[in-house]
Amino acid sequence: MTDDARVYEQARWSDDNRYEPLLNEKDETTVDTDTSLPDDLTRDTLTLPDADEPVVARHYTRLSQENYGVDSGPYPLGSCTMKYNPKFTEDLAARDDASVHPSREETAQGTLAVMDRLQKHLARIGGMDAVTLQPPAGAAGEFTGILVARAYHRSNGDERSEVIVPDTAHGTNFASAAMAGYDVVELPSGDDGRVDVDALRAAVSDETALFMMTNPNTLGLFERDVREVADIVHDAGGLLYYDGANLNALLGRARPGDMGFDIMHYNLHKTFAAPHGGGGPGAGPVGVTDELAPFLPSPRVRETDEGYEFYEPAETVGKVHGFHGNWLVLLKAYAYIERLGDAGMRDTSGKAVLNANYLAEQVDYDVPYGPPHHEFVASAGERDALEVAKEMLDHGVHPPTTKWPEIVDEALMTEPTEAETKEALDRVAAAFNGTRDSNADDAPQNTTARRVDQTEAARNPRLSWHALDDG
Amino acid sequence: MTSPYAPHTDDEVRDMLDAVGADTVNELFDVPDELLHDGEFGVEPKDEREVVRHVDELLSRNDDVVEFLGRGSYDHYVPSAVDHLTLRSEFLTSYTQYQPEVAQGSLQALFEYQSMLVELTGLGVANASVYDAATALGEAALLAARVEDGDTVLVPETLLDERASVLRNYVEGAGLSVVEYPTEEGNADVDTVAERAEEAVMVYAETPNLRGVLEENLDALGDVAEDADALFCVGSDPVALSVLRPPADAGADIVIGDASVLGAPTAYGTGVGLFAVDEAHIRQVPGHLVGASTDESGRRAYTLTLQTREQHIRKERATSNICTNQAWLAIRAAVHAALLGASGLVELAERCVEEPRALAERLDGIDGVEAPVHDRPCFREFAARVDDAPRVRDELLERGFAVHALNDDEIQVCVTETNADATDDLVAAFEEVVA
Ligand SMILES: Cc1ncc(COP(=O)(O)O)c(C=O)c1O
Repeated sequence: MTDDARVYEQARWSDDNRYEPLLNEKDETTVDTDTSLPDDLTRDTLTLPDADEPVVARHYTRLSQENYGVDSGPYPLGSCTMKYNPKFTEDLAARDDASVHPSREETAQGTLAVMDRLQKHLARIGGMDAVTLQPPAGAAGEFTGILVARAYHRSNGDERSEVIVPDTAHGTNFASAAMAGYDVVELPSGDDGRVDVDALRAAVSDETALFMMTNPNTLGLFERDVREVADIVHDAGGLLYYDGANLNALLGRARPGDMGFDIMHYNLHKTFAAPHGGGGPGAGPVGVTDELAPFLPSPRVRETDEGYEFYEPAETVGKVHGFHGNWLVLLKAYAYIERLGDAGMRDTSGKAVLNANYLAEQVDYDVPYGPPHHEFVASAGERDALEVAKEMLDHGVHPPTTKWPEIVDEALMTEPTEAETKEALDRVAAAFNGTRDSNADDAPQNTTARRVDQTEAARNPRLSWHALDDG
Repeated sequence: MTSPYAPHTDDEVRDMLDAVGADTVNELFDVPDELLHDGEFGVEPKDEREVVRHVDELLSRNDDVVEFLGRGSYDHYVPSAVDHLTLRSEFLTSYTQYQPEVAQGSLQALFEYQSMLVELTGLGVANASVYDAATALGEAALLAARVEDGDTVLVPETLLDERASVLRNYVEGAGLSVVEYPTEEGNADVDTVAERAEEAVMVYAETPNLRGVLEENLDALGDVAEDADALFCVGSDPVALSVLRPPADAGADIVIGDASVLGAPTAYGTGVGLFAVDEAHIRQVPGHLVGASTDESGRRAYTLTLQTREQHIRKERATSNICTNQAWLAIRAAVHAALLGASGLVELAERCVEEPRALAERLDGIDGVEAPVHDRPCFREFAARVDDAPRVRDELLERGFAVHALNDDEIQVCVTETNADATDDLVAAFEEVVA
């Protein structure tokens, strides 16, 4: 513990052997399901909570107090870009006319207009020629991009079997490639934490469908050799994919399209400030070059003389979401881009990178790779990164992402975003540094729950209130 | 201009640059000159009021029509308390619960969501959501491919084209193909399913299906699947399941669907993928699972669990690539269900049976309309036979009503509590249009 006066206390509602009771522990009934349907189709009874609104309101209010969000304090969770989520965009998303049925087209010109404009903004921001908004998250964007690459290769009579992924890449890159049926080739990073160009040259072949890259990579380093990387991949007949999770670092300063990428996804719940919602929803639009546009998912939006319309791209891969993706997230991101404008976007990346550099400088742990951009990865060294994280919780700071990327020992992957003030960063640094000489293993103390037993949870999975026997 | 969401003063920027030994922010970018961009995209910064006005202008181009639309996206009234409670920023602005000690609120809310689905489906496990019904169907088929032998997925011919397309994209990499089976009067042709099930890893049926018909052959389909060593997957939704027999009773191994019928507006098809499965396959589940455990004080506490299934640990051998899911909307569904309570859910479901029945009867009374096409119990929606369905749809739209045209001679109409009070006007419009 440091002498930081602002040690945190999270709300806690406790009732002997549990915190806030489950809703069914407060009020549950079994009702007969009398309906006019034939008996053999229906259930006899339904047993669920049956609480009145005041009880429900208090229940969820208490639960919210037992939860830590970006508005609660610093949330430098690396790779997740936990930036501030403007409030007004929620009001836009809640409007009645923002919610039309997905089969509407000519009577939903407003919705299509937002989509078309967002596509155009994203295309310019990424230096891409065409964008689909359909993928509902980053991983879905990856999967979409890989399907597009597969379809493109096939259209050339070219069945390729491999996707190459750097060892520092996010787990979704590997999983998305495998889902599309590719063998995944993991590329070890060079000593400087970047793509090892020679290793890549040795790894590519006429089996290479795609090389997936994150830039800045997950260590926060800009891949300066990206043009050469692009040449290597393209010369082998492969395509180059940009994982847009880290685009916040480059907003308005550099564009994947200019670096030689053929396909990219944008992560609207990161870079474009749509809230993370306790895990989602997000949106992962995909941008491609002109050459790949005919393969994008259907339908696409376009502007015509008469208004906006959907159309099916000539060689479309089909659908990656049942309808049009997470429209509400698209709308929030559109409003955010309009609010910031060019200058605000450029300022965003500047402040995000300034904050990460400043914080890296204040943190006493070793940062083995640099220079950082929007994030840096510190090493907890002798300490278990998880213990460091748990201690930071007691300071009212959400800890960094831990133990990833694996090439840093006991990694603490830290992304403060542009939304933190210098004072807040100093507080984060104090929380970090306070753990340096500690050997505590009983943190956190000041959070709603004390250390939660992960082993027990996995050994004896109890995944619903039906499985609880502890009353 | 600076970003309104980057709160630095100029002095602070100076101090921070000094601390890192740089003169300018631009200097911090380790980007080769030839890759730098000037950031001119032609987007003018706006103040908040201007953006609201701009979006207002765009969205006001959406015509004010009364939607009688369904086919996978349904409108139910969302109580105001759902917004007020879930927009609390501790829920809205948090992320995946990597630190359960500070995330008990969303973990418990998701645990409650999972529990409600366990009750509604009769299966032992429900996850914390995937993207939507279509991707849930894809995930179900991939799960089936991991545990059963075979190379096809059997789906009803009534399956929405869009869902079928997503399914094909999900399963192609696993070497599966999607095979349709016919339906009769909106119900599965069980004999044909039996003939085709041998090669299948999964048999899929929907209740209600995309024509609104409740499937009456679930037991038989469950038996067929079991005999053929295929998993049986049922598509439904939490409102329908409030009165329907739990699919597990008919032998379902997996239930998928869209939970956004609760807690969310139609929102252009924004979904919540419901994914529930028999406990036997717990280690094959895609996505997040919230489990109960205890903390160091001995109290019950919740945490994400069985994470070795997931991509951040298992990489290319993960059960799925999903990371970000639809958690906030899942919590909204749970809050909505909690506000309705067991009795409210049953009442809502009953209304989804009665409203379409009453409307179909009235439409059937119009010369030139035959409704419903299938003389079967329907839920929320039904097909009606008319002459020149596309013309009927277009002329209804001119009168302010949106319905589906399924083909040349069928339209489909969806009615719930949110548009029920417009049915008189719809019937009148029908009379004019069909006459
Ligand atoms: C580098 C990187 N790539 C991809 C993803 C996947 O994005 P999503 O969670 O939106 O599916 C993430 C998300 O955390 C990420 O950090």
